[in-house]
Amino acid sequence: MIYAISIIGAVAALVAGYFTSWVITPIIIGITYAIAALGVSVMMRAGQVSFGHAMYACISAYTVAFLARAYPSLDVVVLILAGVLVAVAASMVIGVFVARYRGIFFGMLNLALSMVLFALLGKLYHLTGGTDGLRIERPTILGMELERAPYEFALLAITVFIALALAWWIQRYFRSGDGEALAAIKTNETRLEYLGFSAYSVMWRGYLISAVVVGFSGSLLALIQGLVTPEIGLWLRSGEYVFIAILGGAGHVIGAFLGALVFEAVKLVSTAYFPGLWQFILGLTLIIVIFLFPRGIVGELSKRIKF
Amino acid sequence: MFFNILPLALVDGVAYACLLFLVSMGLTLIFGVMGILNVAHGAFYAFGGYAAASFIIMIAPSTESAWIPLISLFLVAIVVGTVLGGLMELLLIRRAQAYDPILKLLLTFGALLMLEDIQRLIWGAQPYSASEVVNRLGNIELGDITYTTYQLVVVPLTALVAYVGLEYFLRYTNLGKQMVAVTHNREVAISQGINARKIGMITFIIGAILGVLGGALASPTTSLVPGVGADMIVLSFAVVATAGLGQITGALVAALLIGIVRSIAVYMAPEFEVAVPYIIMCLVLLVRPHGLFTVAQARTI
Repeated sequence: MIYAISIIGAVAALVAGYFTSWVITPIIIGITYAIAALGVSVMMRAGQVSFGHAMYACISAYTVAFLARAYPSLDVVVLILAGVLVAVAASMVIGVFVARYRGIFFGMLNLALSMVLFALLGKLYHLTGGTDGLRIERPTILGMELERAPYEFALLAITVFIALALAWWIQRYFRSGDGEALAAIKTNETRLEYLGFSAYSVMWRGYLISAVVVGFSGSLLALIQGLVTPEIGLWLRSGEYVFIAILGGAGHVIGAFLGALVFEAVKLVSTAYFPGLWQFILGLTLIIVIFLFPRGIVGELSKRIKF
Repeated sequence: MFFNILPLALVDGVAYACLLFLVSMGLTLIFGVMGILNVAHGAFYAFGGYAAASFIIMIAPSTESAWIPLISLFLVAIVVGTVLGGLMELLLIRRAQAYDPILKLLLTFGALLMLEDIQRLIWGAQPYSASEVVNRLGNIELGDITYTTYQLVVVPLTALVAYVGLEYFLRYTNLGKQMVAVTHNREVAISQGINARKIGMITFIIGAILGVLGGALASPTTSLVPGVGADMIVLSFAVVATAGLGQITGALVAALLIGIVRSIAVYMAPEFEVAVPYIIMCLVLLVRPHGLFTVAQARTI
């Protein structure tokens, strides 16, 4: 059932992009939101909400921008992987520090670190272009130099592929021993330690995995926008990722994608019909969702349909 | 260089820290009593600032006095805080009592998003400021440096009165003691006949008034632009986390530390100004994982 939905979704995205090219950019951006929310939901599995995970998208996006400017001959695939690699390297170091914290302190520490990054990116103009950001010239894809339309379509295909692969990987991780141990941090950490696990290292590995996923979203976002700005790492962006993860529900990874779909739809409809009020409507949606479906879309669905 | 700017940076820093403390005190009080980290607190700050600035711009031409605008700052804060805090407690917080802390936090995040748009609808995008208050109160000269009376006296005095007042309220009044009882153990408090709902409402309103007051007091010295609320909430998070959640005296110390270091950074290394509070917070949490003033709790199964 889930597999069918995922494949249909992926095919639908590709077909829509193939026939109407102007929807490609919004679709890719929507998928990057879903991927980022997927990363955030890894931490939510452990009951931890990070209000700073957009920092990893930001690190990865700026890595892509710096590399693409320094070495214009680099391929899209190399750029994406390099961005993720740097984001993971950063999360390894930061993870050593934040994996000790739980609850509000975990959320706030991530928030604080992302604010430091955001502030520095905005202030160090000579390096980062300040708040105007950095432009990225269109790189090659698998060695091919493409015009704008085919480039965007190829990027869409790559994005869809990465999204499917990440979803599959994270779902496997959730069902693995390590992933179940991560969920046990939420339920009862002390008992987890009595079982012989180190809650700290389970948490640290979970944190790394979430950074890998969010890193992918940052690389892809940088490539489709052709521009990186500090906005990518703003804490409100992290808040939106958390929002999507809650909206979708944490029962299954598909929640992040359904959440992003609803999120983008709400945003689209409210910008079209109530231009000055889209944020108001998002906030209202969030509140209504929490009151009516505290377990998110997936939680609600799985209550009614057996997968 | 450093010693020349120090007195100026110190007064700037203390005045700024006092505003930060007022906002953080409200945030930490609400967290302490109700277990909610209220993200919409930043919107309270922004509403306070805008409401006070527009009220003073309205009444300033009709009076010469320096006192009427100043007093109206406080009146506006009390009215706006009571309305906003009361409504939010009634519509949102009361219904979410049994929820997971994370869901509670997200509820208030939703409220922040809504309030930000309402604020933009009412006041638009142009900057507001109520500098008239500062001008009319005049300056004070200490040595060979001139300070504004507002920054040197009014703001610190307000913060001090609010701090002493709240501590007195919590320790020596009946209502305050009930509030502390609810903080320690809600169920036992209810079984002793304390009306936890009423306490929740009062706490939230006091907290909201403090947040709004912070904004109202900031309006004469800073110009208000959209987004100011979101900036403030993140900063007061840093203060509250540095202090330890629910620690009022801790918030005072942390606000002073962050305010003064930040204001020195404004003069010495302006690129790092925005990052300073968070760097301080990270350094403090490295050494004391639950903040400066929290007593460690034993782990229980």
